[in-house]
Amino acid sequence: MVVALYKGIFKRDMSIAFQQKAELIQPLMFLLMVVTLFPLGVSPSPETLQRIGPGVIWIAAILSSLMAMERMFRDDFQDGAMEQYVLSGMPLPAVSVVKVAGHWLVSFVPLLMLSPLLAVFLNLTVDMYIALMLTLLLGTPLLSLIGAIAVGLTVGLQKGGLLLALLLIPVFIPLLIFATSAVDSAALQLPYYPQLAIIAAMLLLAVASAPFAIAYSLKVSQN
Amino acid sequence: MSVLDAAALTCIKRDRTLFEGLSFSVEAGELVYLRGPNGAGKTSLLRILTGLSHPDEGNVFFNQKNITSFPSEYNAQLLYLGHKSGINGALSALDNLSFWMAQHGVKQSPEVLFNVLATIGLVGLEDVPVRFLSAGQQRRVALSRLWLKKAQIWILDEPFTALDVSGIALLENAFNEHISQGGIVITTSHQALSPLAGNHRTFDLEYQW
Amino acid sequence: MWKWLHPYAKTEKAYRLCITLQPWFWSGALVCLFVGTVWGLAFAPQDYQQGDSFRIIYIHVPSAILSMGTYVAMAVAALVGMVWQWRTAYMAMIAMAPVGAVMTFIALFTGAAWGKPMWGAWWVWDARLTSELILLFLYIGVIALYGAFEDKQQGGKAAGVMALVGVVNIPIIHYSVEWWNTLHQGATISKFDNPSIAPEMLWPLLINLLGFAFFIGAVTTIRLRNEIVRRELHRPWVQALANTYYENKRT
Repeated sequence: MVVALYKGIFKRDMSIAFQQKAELIQPLMFLLMVVTLFPLGVSPSPETLQRIGPGVIWIAAILSSLMAMERMFRDDFQDGAMEQYVLSGMPLPAVSVVKVAGHWLVSFVPLLMLSPLLAVFLNLTVDMYIALMLTLLLGTPLLSLIGAIAVGLTVGLQKGGLLLALLLIPVFIPLLIFATSAVDSAALQLPYYPQLAIIAAMLLLAVASAPFAIAYSLKVSQN
Repeated sequence: MSVLDAAALTCIKRDRTLFEGLSFSVEAGELVYLRGPNGAGKTSLLRILTGLSHPDEGNVFFNQKNITSFPSEYNAQLLYLGHKSGINGALSALDNLSFWMAQHGVKQSPEVLFNVLATIGLVGLEDVPVRFLSAGQQRRVALSRLWLKKAQIWILDEPFTALDVSGIALLENAFNEHISQGGIVITTSHQALSPLAGNHRTFDLEYQW
Repeated sequence: MWKWLHPYAKTEKAYRLCITLQPWFWSGALVCLFVGTVWGLAFAPQDYQQGDSFRIIYIHVPSAILSMGTYVAMAVAALVGMVWQWRTAYMAMIAMAPVGAVMTFIALFTGAAWGKPMWGAWWVWDARLTSELILLFLYIGVIALYGAFEDKQQGGKAAGVMALVGVVNIPIIHYSVEWWNTLHQGATISKFDNPSIAPEMLWPLLINLLGFAFFIGAVTTIRLRNEIVRRELHRPWVQALANTYYENKRT
């Protein structure tokens, strides 16, 4: 019964998302364009691209996700649906988790599907690509969860966009370091389980603590 | 025994004290008409009464129980319609209301839902994405919740906005019916309530510097 | 146990406390900084490896340590504000933030200046310098978030959440940057490694550390007083304060 309630929120978010397909494509296009800039601006030589590839893909993923993140709570906050969620008595941390999960599905899964193309553009080897996929699978939920905290705080502000980036980029730096290191190790045929384990640990910490922080942020914005 | 009690409420917004030590009680069957100039704190007071905002000092009691300690009991008997409609423009009126009912634990058959939409004057517009409706029609979609959820306490912030004459009459009749059945209505409006709404008591908030 | 702190939840009490503490902080800062800096710059023995250029540590190390310390203090203030709902706690947090940011900047500047005679470069991506730079970004984020809110009480709560998120991230960032540094720089010893430091060199360092701490306290109390007055302009005690101030000016 309770599960049905959360499924309802999820279904609602999916219905709304499918109505806004244009808005969803834009961050993906941005990602593709940013990645294209690097061969043009740095060098198209395969060795250079392979060397900088992991970092470029991850940095572009972080930047494009910052653009897409506002969607998580903005519409619901502006039209008052968030107030009705609070009044429905459903625990806000759980509602937040469902909304973050929905956002991840809609924003990051397309990115994961685009990643083979990006890997080909930047001349990554198959081993590197496998490592990249694993880091993206573990790391993008972390981006969503921690990002949601900052989105919750800025959702009531007019010019939230760039401020969101300012708040989140320092916090994402450890993830960037470990993810790119894992792919670099894969390039050298070295094991990269330690890096994946650390990313997984950060993800678990976020899963345990972020929902409450997100709920608190939404309450601060409501006041 | 009063149903809703406000005890010594203090609210400070942007470092200005809107009201301090405000106390009052509302009994079953009362319609409270909250008046005051812009910026007096009416919306803030209503939001504190619903539990969406927390007062800087003071408490709100429902049936002598603090609403922060027993939120689920209060939420079950509360219906709040604020400035924001709570309706998503991309979805239809049917979808919006169905999702809302599911989250608030309201069970109504589809026929009832269609009937309510008919009562409120939206025949033929149930499936259209709400953003294509006029402001008045969107307000009516939001108001249809009053007929869907059986709640004792209605807290409505400027519900008459964008409504035409028939809409206003419809809403005032709903108020009268609700209070005659023992319900409570607390509402604000920039125009006076007509006798259609029934007996009401006014409550004035002053603008404090 | 902490009952004695409770009066300071009221802005007037906190204001009076700032006025009491200020002369102590300023005199402590003046004395310690004078003694520590003169001792360190002029009288401490030369380092056998780096000569005289090592003396910058008397500015760099205290500012670096206190830049982290101020951030932790900000996070503690945010926690107090969140748990006990003290307005003064949020005001103290925002009073400290720019001071901590400036400390971080001083640490970065002196760290970079040390690099020039040592390595011939104005900036190296050393683990400690990189961590300090990220800390500066965290400070700027908190300050920018607070500034974006018109309702400063709401802004304080929001900035408080970011300060807490930041404080949880600081150890993670610190260790990840250190690890990243070993990956890319190999076995070069960090120029900030001082495995054993002679007591004649250590004392001025500790005195300067204390001096910088007093200085941060002094500037924070001034900023806190300003913040309290700015936010509580409508209170009678603030207006009485303003009246006595203007009367004194006239006489």
